Parts: sequence; C-alpha cells; structure tokens
Amino acid sequence: MHEAQEATDTAAPLLDVRDLHVEFRTRDGVAKAVNGVSYSVRAGETLAVLGESGSGKSVTAQAVMGILDSPPGHVTGGEVLFRGQDLLTMGGETRRRLRGAKISMIFQDALSALNPVMSVGAQLGEMFTVHDGMTRRDSLAKAVQMMERVRIPAAKERAGDYPHQFSGGMRQRIMIAMALALEPDLVIADEPTTALDVTVQAQVMDLLAELQREYHMGLVLITHDLGVVADVADRIAVMYAGRIVETAPVHDLYAAPAHPYTAGLLGSIPRLDHKGKELHAIKGLPPSLTDIPAGCPFNPRCPRAQAICRTDRPPLFDVAPGRASACHFWKETLDDAG
Amino acid sequence: MAELSKQAGKAEAAGQREPILQVRNLVKHFPLTQGLLLKKQVGAVKAVDGISFDLYQGETLGIVGESGCGKSTVAKLLMTLETATSGEVLYKGQDITKLSGRALKAVRRNIQMVFQDPYTSLNPRMTVGDIIGEPFEIHPEVAPKGDRRKRVQELLDVVGLNPEYVNRYPHQFSGGQRQRIGIARGLALNPEIIICDEPVSALDVSVQAQVINLMERLQDEFNLSYVFIAHDLSIVRHISDRVGVMYLGKMAEIGTDAEIYEHPTHPYTQALLSAVPVPDPEAREGRERIILTGDVPSPANPPSGCRFRTRCWKAEDKCAEEVPLLAVPTLYQGKDTPAAHASACHFAEEKPSVVSAA
Repeated sequence: MHEAQEATDTAAPLLDVRDLHVEFRTRDGVAKAVNGVSYSVRAGETLAVLGESGSGKSVTAQAVMGILDSPPGHVTGGEVLFRGQDLLTMGGETRRRLRGAKISMIFQDALSALNPVMSVGAQLGEMFTVHDGMTRRDSLAKAVQMMERVRIPAAKERAGDYPHQFSGGMRQRIMIAMALALEPDLVIADEPTTALDVTVQAQVMDLLAELQREYHMGLVLITHDLGVVADVADRIAVMYAGRIVETAPVHDLYAAPAHPYTAGLLGSIPRLDHKGKELHAIKGLPPSLTDIPAGCPFNPRCPRAQAICRTDRPPLFDVAPGRASACHFWKETLDDAG
Repeated sequence: MAELSKQAGKAEAAGQREPILQVRNLVKHFPLTQGLLLKKQVGAVKAVDGISFDLYQGETLGIVGESGCGKSTVAKLLMTLETATSGEVLYKGQDITKLSGRALKAVRRNIQMVFQDPYTSLNPRMTVGDIIGEPFEIHPEVAPKGDRRKRVQELLDVVGLNPEYVNRYPHQFSGGQRQRIGIARGLALNPEIIICDEPVSALDVSVQAQVINLMERLQDEFNLSYVFIAHDLSIVRHISDRVGVMYLGKMAEIGTDAEIYEHPTHPYTQALLSAVPVPDPEAREGRERIILTGDVPSPANPPSGCRFRTRCWKAEDKCAEEVPLLAVPTLYQGKDTPAAHASACHFAEEKPSVVSAA
C-alpha cells in the first residue's frame, strides 16, 4: 500500500515508519506493544492515529521520538525514516539535535510534562539557548513572542509565572508554544486535548490547526476520540493490539469502514437516530499484549470471524487507492457498510 | 418530528407524576480559611450556588457541565456525603439534608451511587464478593446472613459477570468489568435512585457502549431513576430523558433532551454544543462553531450577575447587575415551542445555526 501511495505522490513523505516492532520485557513476560506498524506523513498533512488504550498508538510515537522507556521497552525491528534518514540507526547526539528542532511532541498532560520549578518563560527560552545558542536575554524575548503566538493574554507579565499558576487550557498552549518554538517540520501530538473541557478543547484544536497551516507542518495526531479525528484529520490509521488494522482518507473511513473493528467503534458512538435503542457495543475486551490471539487479533470479538481468522493473520489488503484493511473479509465489511 | 412529540409526551407524563427527588435552592460553599491557630474565614468556594430540579420515577436526568461547574458536588450532596450549606433535597417529600442517625440510614439505602474511577472506588484488598456484599453489613434487613453469597452471585449475573468470580480481587478485572462490579454494589440494596458520577468516562469507547447498554437494561428491569452526571454530551443525550446544563455552580438551562440539544436558548449551552467534535467529517465545513474566549472564572470569586457574562458574546450591562433566573424566557412564554423551557439568561433566544449532531 505504501508503494501505491508514493507512486501517486510526487513529494516524498516527511516521516515514514516502516514495519516497526516494539516490545516490553517485563517480569510477567514479553508484551508485544507494536507489531509491524507502517505509516507515513507528508508536510502539511494531518494523520490521525486512532486506537483504544493498549493499542500501541502512544508507544509507536515514543519509538519515533526516541523517548521510549528502555528498559523495559525495546525497538526490535523496523525503520523510522525522517526525510529519508533512519532515526533508529542515527547517533544519539545527531538524533537529539533533530528532536525539538525538526520533530517535536505535544503531550497529553501539560502539568506533568512541564518543569514545575522553572518559570514558563525560562522553559520556553531554553529551546532557543540550547538549539540556537541564543543569549538568555534574547531567548526570553523570543519566549514571550511565542506565548503571544499561542494567544496567552498578558504574555509579557506571565512569562515569569510557573506552570501551576496557569489553567489547563493555558498550560496546553504553553506546551504547543514549546513544541512549535523552533518551527519543526513534524509534530506528534499525543492526545493533546483529552484532559481539557470541550469549550477549551475547541480553542486548542483550532489553534493547533491554524499553526499547522501557517508552518506547513506534518502532524501526527494520536487520539481515541472519533469526533476530534473527524474534525481535523486528512488520513486515519486505526490501531488494534499493536497493529494498524485500517488506513483510509478520513471521509472514506467514516462513510464506509472496511474493517469490522472500525465499524464497531463507529457503531458504539451514541447517535441521534439511536436514542432509546441499544448501542452497538463491541463484545469482549481488547487482548492482553502478552497473549495476543493467533490469526487476526480481533477474531475473538469479531462478528464476522470464520475459521481462517483464527489461523491466518490477515495482511493489510489494498482496498482502494490510499486505503487498506487487515481483514480477510474487508470486501464484505465494506459492502455491508455502503 | 414524531420523535419530538413522543419526547414531549413523556415529559408531560412525567409532569403529572410525583417527583421522587426534589432539589430546592441547594447551596454548598466550601470555606477558605487563613491562619494556623485562629482560622479565619476569608472567603468561600461557591461550588454549588442555588440549584433546583426534580427527578421523576424511572427517568434519567442528565447533568452536563465542564470541570469545576459543581456537578460532582451536587452528586455528593444528593448522597448526603457532604452537608449542604443551605437548601433542601426532598426525597418523597422529606428533607434529607436535615436527617441524621437511623432516619438518614434508611433514606441512604434508597439512594446509591456509581463512581467515576473503577480503579480507585473498589478496595483492592477485598474480594468482589465482599465488596458487593458490604452494603448488606450495614443494612442486614435486605439480605439475611445465609442468603448473602447467593444474592451477590445473582448481582454478578445481573451485571453480566460470571458468578464464579466472587472470590477474585479487583485487579483481576478490566476497567469495564470493574465498573460492572461498582454497578452491582450500587444495586445491592434495591435502591430507587442511582447517582452516577461520570460512570463511563474512564472507559474505552467500545467498552463504554457495553456499560451504557447495561445501565439502560437495569433501569427498565428495576424501574430505577438515574441522575447521570457526565461531561460527554453525546452519551448524556443517549441515556437521558431530561438534561440540565450547569455552569459555575448554577443551572444554566434545563429541559427535555430534544429541547436542550435541538433548541438551546442559553448562550453557554449553544457554545458547549457547537464545540463538541462531531464524528462525521462531512459536517466539518457546514458547522458554525462558537469558540469561547478565556477560561471558566474561579468559583471562589464568581462574576456578579450572570456568571457566564465574562465569556458571553451577548453580555450587556444588565448581565453584570442582575442575576438571571432559571425560567421560561419571556420571548417564548405561553408559546407551544420546544424553545419554551427554563433558561437562565436575560437574552435567551434560539440560535438557528446551532443544531447539534452530538
């Protein structure tokens, strides 16, 4: 499916993750968190990585950023190409220079991601002193500029404040300012608005989308929220048990999912015309990562499962240009949805 | 449209019935003190500041609002886990905020709670059987000692768990299963009312739907009344007959689910609904979103007059001077329209472009 996509696109992808494998070696056994994930993002594009807890969406991002807790986490295979260079085989110092300057990350919980004993101005300014070799004085002025960019009121006066003195939405803005300070080419946002209230979430997502357009960045948006995805994404990759089970342009996926898991997720959202009726819940629970079922990992919960699903692991089948589904019965699923 | 009239019919039927729970001007202020020895009160966090609503038999009242609006404090007040500063909570006509001792214990049997976090609301050192059976220790009249184990197993079966799991510990269960255990504990004493404080927000989407289905089934089976507190507007709409919207300790708007979601007249409700991301990429273009500026003010120092005025695009001088009452807006009084429901805004009016898909 990658070949197909690249052929139709003249621009090479900014980030190209190929067959990534990550496992956690723990006392209770080896948890296979990521099992052959491939995705790519181009400049100016938003790829949403959708999945529930334990699907491997955040671990993939951590491996890409090189901030995986190791041990117990180990990248056991695959490539992470950034502008054609493999980040995984790169030297530590080279990679550190890229991080923050070319690739940066926005975390879910700003309060624990920011340094509590450093004023936000100093934290932001550090980006410029460390990467650009600016003086402290200049860096502080740049920090205030960045705070204005993300629309923090009275930025100049507040630069000396500490993270706990800001509200949740404001802290998230500061983290966005930090991630975008050096105008990176690629931003990975891991559940950037999950901890925020709806009205504040709307403000922050709007801001992020606006800055992305302005800087023409590639954005990997990791989320479990089908609503947020529909609002901002260009393409989606749905993950389940450490694998991508479906990738598609956002409109196609919502119109007709080609994997029973995606169909199940869409079905479990309450909708207007379903008021008073049962929600189409997916039965059962996601598998334990130390004991992923043979064949298709979704087969114990799948309404379509046949004998083949319990024995043969489905590869990503090409469904349409730019669309793929890891289901033996993708055709039937697509027909039922359409 | 048929759906709408059916909803209205249901609300009317509810109006004729006696409410099972009546909340009148409920207030909870948490004092802010200064000084170590001589604690001097320097102010108060006005978490709940005059809330009134009714709950009818067999209905679900949804309460939505953002963090800090006081919705969880309302839950605790209804459970008498917090003492109200003033106001009344009438359970079948009896004010439970004034009760104590045996009378309070008897009422509490009928009002139970399901908590948000299934990981911290279950004692990790107790077996599931002990957790679900604990209410029987306090109210032995519900199940005689010899019967308890059987009752617990029945309850496990009712919430869709294997009755053989009675001797397992909470950590052996997933989040969704733990929430089922919490629900079983809530059901143990055959209560009439269950207060659910964000019961599914810690769960994954696919599991959320299972728990919501379970709660709806149990409501029909046991004729339960739910107060369903959540911040997820689409789930609240799915499960609720009526919905109240809270902002900074006050009720901003209350009505049937169709009235609130399709004909909101309070600017805060309109902004809230417009901000909910809709799981449909086709809706991305056509929607008008109201992006509010700023954050929710501190409940220790709420704005004068209308509490929403600092973020409201309709705010005028009147809003700073006069507290708007929760009533049917004069514009719609006596009119037969779904917009004619209680809304606490001086300038309450429908905004046609805001139709929620939530």
